[in-house]
Amino acid sequence: MSKRIVVDPMTRIEGHLRVDCEIDGGKVTKAWSSGQMWRGIELILQGRDPRDAWVVTQRICGVCTTVHAIASVRAVENALKLEVPLNAQYIRNMIITAHGVHDHIVHFYHLSALDWVDIVSALKADPKKASAIAQSLSDWPMNSAQHFKEVQAKLSKFVSSGQLGVFASGYWGHAAMKLPPEINLIAAAHYFQALDYQRKVNQIVSILGSKTPHIQNLAVGGVANAINMNSQSTLTLERLSFIKNIIDEMGDFVNKVYMVDVAAIGAMYADWTKYGAGITNYLSVPDLPIDTKGTQFELPGGYIKNGDLSTFKQITNYEDAYFEGGVKESVKHAWYKDNKGPLHPYDGVTIPEYTDFQDNGKYSWVKAPTFYDERAQVGPLANVLAMVAAGHEPSKRHLTRMLDMVGSVAKTKIPVAALHSTIGRHAARAVRTAVIHESLGHQWQLLMDNIGKGDYTTFNPPVFPKEEVRGFGYHEAPRGVLSHWIVIKDGKIANYQCVVPSTWNASPRDETDKPGPYEASLLDNPIADPEKPLEVIRTIHSFDPCLACAIHMVDTEKQELVRVHAVGAQCGVSF
Amino acid sequence: MPAEIDFLLGDTLDPYPAAEVLVLGLGNCLIEDEGVGVAAIEYLMHHYDFPDEVELLDGGTSGMGLLDDLRNREHVIVLDAVRTGHKPGELVVLKDAQVPAFFRSKVSPHQLALSDVLAVLTLTNEQPGKISVIGVEPVSLKTRVGLSSLVSRQLKPMVEEVILQLSDAGYIVTEKPETSQKQDYYPKQVGM
Repeated sequence: MSKRIVVDPMTRIEGHLRVDCEIDGGKVTKAWSSGQMWRGIELILQGRDPRDAWVVTQRICGVCTTVHAIASVRAVENALKLEVPLNAQYIRNMIITAHGVHDHIVHFYHLSALDWVDIVSALKADPKKASAIAQSLSDWPMNSAQHFKEVQAKLSKFVSSGQLGVFASGYWGHAAMKLPPEINLIAAAHYFQALDYQRKVNQIVSILGSKTPHIQNLAVGGVANAINMNSQSTLTLERLSFIKNIIDEMGDFVNKVYMVDVAAIGAMYADWTKYGAGITNYLSVPDLPIDTKGTQFELPGGYIKNGDLSTFKQITNYEDAYFEGGVKESVKHAWYKDNKGPLHPYDGVTIPEYTDFQDNGKYSWVKAPTFYDERAQVGPLANVLAMVAAGHEPSKRHLTRMLDMVGSVAKTKIPVAALHSTIGRHAARAVRTAVIHESLGHQWQLLMDNIGKGDYTTFNPPVFPKEEVRGFGYHEAPRGVLSHWIVIKDGKIANYQCVVPSTWNASPRDETDKPGPYEASLLDNPIADPEKPLEVIRTIHSFDPCLACAIHMVDTEKQELVRVHAVGAQCGVSF
Repeated sequence: MPAEIDFLLGDTLDPYPAAEVLVLGLGNCLIEDEGVGVAAIEYLMHHYDFPDEVELLDGGTSGMGLLDDLRNREHVIVLDAVRTGHKPGELVVLKDAQVPAFFRSKVSPHQLALSDVLAVLTLTNEQPGKISVIGVEPVSLKTRVGLSSLVSRQLKPMVEEVILQLSDAGYIVTEKPETSQKQDYYPKQVGM
């Protein structure tokens, strides 16, 4: 008999994602992904000054503050055909890449590693053996037996005191947990180290953005950072040197720890290369503009069909008609008034019409976007595949290293095709982190060189015409393609739509009832224990879910996390 | 944090050394009363001067991003919308023994909210010495910038409670002169 499980909420800080799965014969046979909260943020923007839009949009989400700010200023600049000074591009690019490195490290170690790593099992590990394994994989200095012993003692103290804290809700001892105790211990040690490194790299965002979590240095037309090598209140040589030190330290962690851990854990969960592919049309956009007009980029992006890299079509500039013309959103299965089929974001309508959860009708607040009428997956995997297809040398190099490391642990050759999977998304995210870390260093150098030429310009003032103008801004954010679309009339915002990465990935079925990437990726996932659906969580977490509509109220009432019931029955198990 | 990590990272200069006390406003200011904590921080910034030992932070809806800001504080005062079973619009002050129970609610596997960030800091032995929560029960949570009238009337009492807690701990907060006060709290005006 088939069972239905409901995982709700799947995330907290970024809003509410509910995932329903029908399970039959130990695997998922049907899935629904539902955004449980209406954004409607776009309506707040109508009538406002376009120069303020980024301040408002960076409040959409608590995790992605920076990315919405970037996409927003780009959309307004695009509408005004406003060029952005080189220094401003480099400074923005450094914020983007530093934020990306931070975000990916946090996602792997602190938001999803515990789907794979059993903390309690680490207590049984032999620290000497763990150290020998770790040192065979990497020359990272903090893989000593002594260090692992200390970490183990600390974990043991927490477990015996019952104060598991953040580790308390893990599925310890679950049948799907497969790592040997030593690997669990190595991962636990690196979990702690990662706490420190994510903090380090975020300091770059703080320094350049003047403040976190909400940066304050952006402006339509550039950045508000004044550059003066000698004045304390501006971007000085001292601050830039401080940033360079952090970049160098981060490189060691990314290449000697994060990449290696993902490779080792991935190799031991090789069966997860068979699950979670879902939609294999991949969309990403180029990023890190290195000219004032947005026609040259350090990192390429584009569209790949059916996982076939030879179909790659590049998106080339901020005026790109191929990208601009390809995006539409359907509300057939979303709680909005249905009008005339899928609409382009410039013409997007957002009129809520809640119906209740209808399996074959409307069941989500998320719209269903398509690219030339096809479903598309976005995120680091889409981005890495596009960069490799475009022949981007650092991407090819880091991907080859990743696949070689996985292959040497698994003792078999790993093809690029293995990336179309749940564990492949983690591998691609680590590769992308290594790539954007390298870019961070490069953008730093470009900024130094340009300042060295005597160029201190950081801002071009915007001029708003009376007549209506339209523009779009895109950004390859940590979770994938983010685009903001704006219509400006008489200097005020007439329409504004954000098509966020999780709109692509977490969306419901589309106009032709094709499932979205989360939904498609869950099909055929094995489920060992329907009451502890760790496998569902693994696949959804591999996308780095974020529903961009943060509600953050502290709630003392206990919330139900998982409901399980037989189809058609009301009885359930909750915990 | 293991001493080994500290040693490895070295004593690189920290441009933002932590103050003893952090007053942290949380919430989403695009969702009406959800933003009361952020509004209270803006109110405090515009109306009062604080000693160097006290830092004010608009934390928005951040989770993990606040880890660094919460480390090694003697006292953290959290301002937020809260649901504790009181009437909508009521001011709720939680101190000492009431706080751990308040943060005990576990919401979702592996996703980090404020309670989880505090739990991480316990693991690294950098947890705040003391935490208090000054909250308001929300009246309305529509997608709109601005507070409901009932909740906005609680801004002043909320802020007075912050100042009371600070002065009880010996920190002197002074009111800004009338002329320098600004009336609009958010969204912030973009300076060009």
